[in-house]
Amino acid sequence: MSSTTARPEVTFGSKSSGRAIRNTVATVLVWAAFLIALIPLGWIMWTVLTKGLHVLFTGTWWQKDQSGALPPGFDHNVRGARHALVGTLEMSVVTSVIAIPIAIMTAIYLVEYGRGKVARLVSFMVDILSGIPSIVAALFIYAIWVTTFGLKLIPVCASIALAMLMIPVVTRSTEEMLKLVPNELREASYALGVPKWKTITRVVLPTSLSGIVTGALLGFARVAGETAPLILLAAYTQYLNENIFSGNMAALPTMISTEFSNIGDAVSSERLWGAACTLILLVLVINLLGRLVGRLAKVKK
Amino acid sequence: MAKRIDVQDLDIFYGDFKAVEGVNLSVEPRSVTAFIGPSGCGKSTVLRTLNRMHEVIPGGRVQGKVLLDDEDLYAASMDPVVVRRTVGMVFQRPNPFPTMSIADNVAAGLRLNGVKDKKTLNEVVEKSLKGANLWNEVKDRLDKPGAGLSGGQQQRLCIARAIAVQPQVLLMDEPCSALDPISTLAIEDLIHELKDSFTVVIVTHNMQQAARVSDQTAFFNLKATGQPGHLIEIDDTKTIFNNPTEKATEDYISGRFG
Repeated sequence: MSSTTARPEVTFGSKSSGRAIRNTVATVLVWAAFLIALIPLGWIMWTVLTKGLHVLFTGTWWQKDQSGALPPGFDHNVRGARHALVGTLEMSVVTSVIAIPIAIMTAIYLVEYGRGKVARLVSFMVDILSGIPSIVAALFIYAIWVTTFGLKLIPVCASIALAMLMIPVVTRSTEEMLKLVPNELREASYALGVPKWKTITRVVLPTSLSGIVTGALLGFARVAGETAPLILLAAYTQYLNENIFSGNMAALPTMISTEFSNIGDAVSSERLWGAACTLILLVLVINLLGRLVGRLAKVKK
Repeated sequence: MAKRIDVQDLDIFYGDFKAVEGVNLSVEPRSVTAFIGPSGCGKSTVLRTLNRMHEVIPGGRVQGKVLLDDEDLYAASMDPVVVRRTVGMVFQRPNPFPTMSIADNVAAGLRLNGVKDKKTLNEVVEKSLKGANLWNEVKDRLDKPGAGLSGGQQQRLCIARAIAVQPQVLLMDEPCSALDPISTLAIEDLIHELKDSFTVVIVTHNMQQAARVSDQTAFFNLKATGQPGHLIEIDDTKTIFNNPTEKATEDYISGRFG
């Protein structure tokens, strides 16, 4: 054996000091990045909770809307956010009802059927859609609904605009989940003489159900906090409106932006932080719900 | 119940690439035929054309004929879904459905094809699990997930699932290559029993296994890398292992290959 090969000298048993240093530096950097990312999260939670949490325990918060509120500076009651909570829930649920079936079917097409040019085009369109600013989606719905058809704006317009934002998010997450289903399961099903559509509905979808549900609920949480389409399409009102097909409808984000214009007023400020706290709580509950459903539907081990 | 298979001048393609060329072979009903040969020679590909699973892969297509009791599986009017109900398949790696219990896995083929009657399904589950020599091991936990079984048990569960739809032919693609010797023995014993009611075609890398389980052996090989695979010869297993016609076969079997 000649020693002409360019092999680095390694002393057996001792750890190279250069590598130990690089390891330490990398570890410190990774931890530092993690902690820096954590700071704003903790700070936001702290601010919102300290300023808003006590409002949620006001007796009227969950029961009453803002009817009877006097102009800022003359009102001494916080009153409630029921109108905004109901509005957010209704509009987000309707958004989900529109968006989730379309998104799941698009994802099924892309993963199970899509080949060649059409699939690439659809995939590209989903990318474009996910890049559309929410205010542009709202303007588009306004242009169609009001300018083209001459109809009166109703809260469901906001749901349609929100659905445009939700579809790409849920499509992408569902796509990832469907891709995780091993091809062997599809082949096992085909080999039993099961048609493709039944393989998808009875084998592929149940196997990836928990992931799909989690993705859909994350999409729901995302649109529940969306503001721009609401400002354009669903004007804020201080009264409770349970009919999504007529009138104006309040939502938590628009309640926050309305109260923000009088943030100097103590009562308005209470309402604002209370609404912010309610919104965070709602998103949190939905996330937990998603995880719970995901766990229940989990692949059995 | 079992049917005979005749393959005539079969060429198999992946897109433009010709993977296997000019295969002619016959398989008698109620017999076991083993496909042997080096990796990449196309034996699994040939096996997958026997129940039209080859075309599931994008670009997969064939030229030539595969006859099942004189009916051409590749005739224009033939429905691949019906072909796969008639010709079942067991894969290399056990692949029970992870969301289903042991009983549901076995019943899957029938249930997904519209059989709803509980009594029929229960009978089929018991009969198929007994047929796969698994009944005694799982009869007390039929409602437990199939993925919780050992590898060998999972593979027998997959065999039970395949025979539950009562196919005429059972294809096995290296069914023991992911299993330990004890589980392999269990599967080989099972193949001997399955022969009474099914036509069995098995791909294997283990030549002793081919010698143990099969009546007839087909040897596949490549002429050179990048060239399509060929069927070199097919004959009684005894003849192939003791007195093969082709020198390539003898070299491969005696380990003097390459």
